[in-house]
Amino acid sequence: MTQIEREEMEFDVVVVGGGPAGLSAAIRLKQLMPDAGVCLIEKGSEIGAHIVSGAVIEPRTLDELLPNWRDLDAPLRTQVTEERMLFLTETRSFAVPYLDRVMPQMANHGNYVVSLGEVCRWLGEQAEALGVEIYPGFSGAELFIENDHVSGVITGDMGIERNGEHGPNFTPGMILRAKQTILTEGARGSLTGHAMKRFGLRKGVEPQTYGLGIKEVWEIPAEKHRPGLVQHSFGWPLDDNTYGGAWLYHFGENLVSFGFVTGLDYANTYLSPFEEMQRTKLHPAFREHFEGGKRLIYGARALSEGGFQSIPRLTFPGGVLAGDSAGFLNVPKIKGTHTAMKSGMIAAEAVAEALEKDKKEAASMTARVQQSWLWSELRDVRNIRPAFAKWGMKLGALYSGIDSMILRGRAPWTLHHPHADNETLRPASVCTKIDYPKPDGKITFDRVSSVFLSSTNHEENQPVHLKLRNETVWQTVNHDVFDSPESRYCPAGVYEQEQTGENAWQLRINAQNCVHCKTCDIKDPTQNIDWCTPEGGGGPNYPVGM
Amino acid sequence: MKVLVPVKRVVDYNVKVRVAADGSGVETQGVKMSMNPFDEIAVEEAVRLREKGAAKEVVVVTVGAQAAQDVLRTAMAMGADRAILVRTDDTLEPRAVANVLKAIATREEAGLICMGKQAIDDDMNATGQILAAKLGWPQGTFASAVTVADGRIEVAREIDGGTEVVSLTLPAVVTADLRLNEPRYASLPNIMKARKKPLETVEIDSLGVDTASRLTVVSVAEPAERKEGVKVNSAAELVEKLKTEAKVI
Repeated sequence: MTQIEREEMEFDVVVVGGGPAGLSAAIRLKQLMPDAGVCLIEKGSEIGAHIVSGAVIEPRTLDELLPNWRDLDAPLRTQVTEERMLFLTETRSFAVPYLDRVMPQMANHGNYVVSLGEVCRWLGEQAEALGVEIYPGFSGAELFIENDHVSGVITGDMGIERNGEHGPNFTPGMILRAKQTILTEGARGSLTGHAMKRFGLRKGVEPQTYGLGIKEVWEIPAEKHRPGLVQHSFGWPLDDNTYGGAWLYHFGENLVSFGFVTGLDYANTYLSPFEEMQRTKLHPAFREHFEGGKRLIYGARALSEGGFQSIPRLTFPGGVLAGDSAGFLNVPKIKGTHTAMKSGMIAAEAVAEALEKDKKEAASMTARVQQSWLWSELRDVRNIRPAFAKWGMKLGALYSGIDSMILRGRAPWTLHHPHADNETLRPASVCTKIDYPKPDGKITFDRVSSVFLSSTNHEENQPVHLKLRNETVWQTVNHDVFDSPESRYCPAGVYEQEQTGENAWQLRINAQNCVHCKTCDIKDPTQNIDWCTPEGGGGPNYPVGM
Repeated sequence: MKVLVPVKRVVDYNVKVRVAADGSGVETQGVKMSMNPFDEIAVEEAVRLREKGAAKEVVVVTVGAQAAQDVLRTAMAMGADRAILVRTDDTLEPRAVANVLKAIATREEAGLICMGKQAIDDDMNATGQILAAKLGWPQGTFASAVTVADGRIEVAREIDGGTEVVSLTLPAVVTADLRLNEPRYASLPNIMKARKKPLETVEIDSLGVDTASRLTVVSVAEPAERKEGVKVNSAAELVEKLKTEAKVI
């Protein structure tokens, strides 16, 4: 293809991604350097459109970032009032006693149940009020690199047709030139991936591991609504070797947030995170909450679970990583918002220093992170997630109790993440098929009706943004060995295996269904699926409430 | 010639709408809003007319709350020159909107009004027609192609089974159908520029027009859920079911 002529705009800092980390970074920067030109781009059609989270959030970082948030009409309205952690068997549930002592990270006193999408929209307003230029509907397609130095990003081209030709409305992406680029794309960000490869940011750190969170928002009858109720569960329906569990939060006006996280290091190729989530709703400990209610929203997103051991180098010439782009989620706490925001704030502080001293790399970010509470918080819980991977759910829970209660996070050892998530799947021949119940259309649903509630859409005529790097590998590995795991792990029904003849199969990719969760990019056994950034504005349109 | 393009802020076409709990309408709280897609087509056509030299200026106007500004900015990012927000917190019906637009068109001395054939929220398909009648101007509705020449506008209208071409004297009202054009993307530099283009706010009361409502919404309800289909094993069984269950033959 011929070189495309691109317009350029110059800023001091470009932030890629309008989640809690990116918005906190942008806000902090304008607080420190009111005159700096700060631009934030977001691939969703508006701020919040691609945000999926539980979410119970700890207001700690918000207190640091915007101490007067209570006077600014912040959408933190439902305080946690009661909470429980349940261990489930198929028909029964047992509450973990003395939760605040056994799992001290789980104590949610003083925390809020929120719609994180709504919080982000509010943070966006605060950022704009400080002069941040926010452009939703524009994706970062490439890093703009000059002399081995990131000098900004190139936004995605618009109006390319399915066959790759420029359509009549072709609008080339532009170069957003910046002295520093802050990547806050969330788990498995595309530009973050490029930066990691290009600058070797993962050298010497353990592989990142992930979980897939699938979420629904329900409206339930007022007489059943208990605002501030927080319920988590582990155990059934997952087997002892699979990490994961459910959440259920009552919040807002008769709303219930329900979701399920499955550790993507699962081994059984027949496991379907979507169906595990659906059938959990049928358990007596959950079912009553949904009866008489109505499902409003559906969505999914991968999250990073590697924690402390998997944090990459955070800086490179011309830019930094923050939030889940780097992987700051606190797994045992089941929270990543306060850590994402804190890392965004620290990124801004390091970037501000680099701008002032005219440095190419905001290298002070690493030391700033290490000196902050963020570092000790993640260090103290570092062994818990790997313990579950190593010893299974029950022994892992026992270990985590000992690690938290007796060792208080100061164990003289560190457990490792021996595998990346794409390496853990076992061949279909040695896996047991799982018999999932058929959806009842009242409490449980199929993928098609679910994806509909994500309001996802992609401009029809654009090139498919999910590609197989090698089609033969799909046949010989995905189909022949693993019996097409992507048709089960994708929560949006993007992948379907189709029989085209006797012993002939092909993969059908319904890319327009994609909800941008990134699971295929993570879990595909040979990393053969290439998740390219689609045209800006595409993807889910999660409303407030998500 | 000045082209006036009325636009409306509606629930985004990607959003699955749901009926508000009290049954008074659809839920708009916290839902993504954007410009009515037919209005985007109208904006695009107006901008093309200016680019071809057939028009001098493109003015967009909307009637609504402060938040409706965002669709005006979008229209200016697509190429409109300036914008007018007629501010009101009430929801107006087509007749009232037409009264407002008539006042604005007169004030602006518009030579052409180009607007969407209908808004995707209430699907009224009435404002353009009422406006033309009130102004006493000719109208070309459901336009799939327009040509301006010698003080006239030729409008190809999509009608059942074909196309009807009408030639109207200007000033006129044209309402855009889906196939008129494919609206361009608002590019990042143009969005930036649009933030600096003039946007005038006019309080609706200052226009002194009748905006009273004559219609009452009785109730809004979701359509009945579709029953799951069944597979039949033979044509005979199908005929049987059509006779006994569906009772259509």
